[in-house]
Amino acid sequence: MASRTTTAAIGVDVRAKTPSWRVRQTVWTYIALIPYVAFALFPLYITLVTSFKSKQEINNLGTSPFWATGVTVENYVYLAENTQFFDHWMLNTLIVSVLATGVSVIIGILAAYALARLRFRGVEAFGVAVFVTYLVPTSLLFLPLIEVVNFIDDYLPIRDTYWSLVLTYPTFLIPFVTWLLMGYFRTVPVEVEECAYIDGCTRMRALVTIVLPMALPGVICAVLFAFTLCWNEFLYSLVFIQDAVHKTLSVGVVTELIRGDIYYWGSLMAACITGVLPIIVLYAFFMDYYVTGLTAGAIK
Amino acid sequence: MAISTIKNELHIGAGAQAPTARRLRRACGPDLDGYGFILPAAIVMVALIVYPFCLAIWFSVSDGLIGEPRHWLGLENFQWILGDRIFQQTLWNTIIFAVTSVVLKSVFGLGLALLLQRANMWKRFLRGSVLIPFVAPTALTTLGWWLIFDPTYSHINWALAHVWPLNLLGLGPYQWLGDETLALSAVVFVNFWRGLPFFAVTIFAGLVAIPTQIYEAAETDGATAIRKFWHITLPLLKPVLAVVILFSTIFTLADFNIVYVLTRGGPMNSTHLFATYSFTEGILNHEIGLGAAISLFLFPLLLLVVIFQLRMVRKETSYGL
Repeated sequence: MASRTTTAAIGVDVRAKTPSWRVRQTVWTYIALIPYVAFALFPLYITLVTSFKSKQEINNLGTSPFWATGVTVENYVYLAENTQFFDHWMLNTLIVSVLATGVSVIIGILAAYALARLRFRGVEAFGVAVFVTYLVPTSLLFLPLIEVVNFIDDYLPIRDTYWSLVLTYPTFLIPFVTWLLMGYFRTVPVEVEECAYIDGCTRMRALVTIVLPMALPGVICAVLFAFTLCWNEFLYSLVFIQDAVHKTLSVGVVTELIRGDIYYWGSLMAACITGVLPIIVLYAFFMDYYVTGLTAGAIK
Repeated sequence: MAISTIKNELHIGAGAQAPTARRLRRACGPDLDGYGFILPAAIVMVALIVYPFCLAIWFSVSDGLIGEPRHWLGLENFQWILGDRIFQQTLWNTIIFAVTSVVLKSVFGLGLALLLQRANMWKRFLRGSVLIPFVAPTALTTLGWWLIFDPTYSHINWALAHVWPLNLLGLGPYQWLGDETLALSAVVFVNFWRGLPFFAVTIFAGLVAIPTQIYEAAETDGATAIRKFWHITLPLLKPVLAVVILFSTIFTLADFNIVYVLTRGGPMNSTHLFATYSFTEGILNHEIGLGAAISLFLFPLLLLVVIFQLRMVRKETSYGL
């Protein structure tokens, strides 16, 4: 029995260490990855190609729809001149995303710090509450939130404006941000903070000058994540805003650019590409933060 | 019972601290300023999550238009829903949608994660491009799919008719979003496309965390690649898989965007999910009580998934390494 194990071990060793085996394995890995990458990029590729086609070419069903014979920017020009895409929807989305993200990250930092560090009655229950609310989907709350928005509208005019979104987006951002940052704050050693306390530092100051800089990757990640969630949000925006001027990007494109039975595919696809582009640019720079956040949110 | 399970799983509270630290803490008394730190978050959570949730329950047992006084109705809405053909169809759709899509995502996500782990060149490009469906605005990318599935402009139909060797099969043209079965498949497919990166990237992180010594030890004992996968990789991935599946199931059950953009629940309600049907009744038909009642059906489903998954995680993490 011992000899059989040895031969098996030798067999594996020899096979694993041949250079040609390694090369073959790498080649097969990349060949197998091709369909995945093609699948992931396919609709974006189609969207991009269609956005640069002229109306005649799109409607010519004889030519291949997979590539364009000529490049035209007429769809983008149409988008800028005849729709509220750039001057309202994109701007609204940016404003809402920045404000909601800012508010949520600040509130989330405070709550996460308390969860990670402080001991008081009810902190455990609060932690569980954050986790549970994190799992409550937006599609469960959109109807009653109309009532809440209407109620606040009696005092502050937020109905049918993007302020209603600044108010409601934190409902799904704060639990997430809190949860994510709690994990990061735990990794900051308590001893550093304790030294600061001995030197007479207040809790708030310790948080701002010691914990936050040490947990900076976490904060960047939270901001990035929250911003993306805001940028992509659809349901609340669809429900709370009817006025075209106040619509956000996704909802504006879906509700205002699709009218009647003849679709302006070119400008529609141009709008999609333009709306996706900022997120992709953001990811070109900060992807690693996002990946750690994504996995921390799920694995933590 | 459930709460204490969650607490243990999530490692909230002082349990993880060393005994001396805990004794010191006790001597200093509780951190009362903690209430100040959690106050803003607590206000938002109570005012904009807990209160609306209670409001949803009140809506579901009462009658009236939005913004007007409502009167008690009892369980009439729920009775109506349970007898409603469209709701039964919605329930069925949701189950098929969630199960198929989560199974597809798990299998292919695991496959992609294993491939990503092996790929050493162009790592950033690969991860980045594979991640795009998950980070890009769903409503907008789904519009791209909408064009691909369009009856007249469908790229798939064009390929079936013109591209060799597909044109030899003599298939199509199909009404991708006009046929009941095809439409549901299309919606599942797009959800699969969007959710795959989440599985792949998270499972990839789980794979990296498995100590290589275990594999080396197995190799010394002559384990084949398949055996290593079944007896090392899969068992050690179980906790990660469980959490990923939990999250994905919840967000798949509650999905709205994809169905709204592609089919609006049609044709013949064959793609309605809870969220879209609740939107149709609550917003488009102004039956806010019915809409709330429909969306509330999500809650027991979610709760079941959460409890089931947490139980599983609890069992599986005790592999004693």
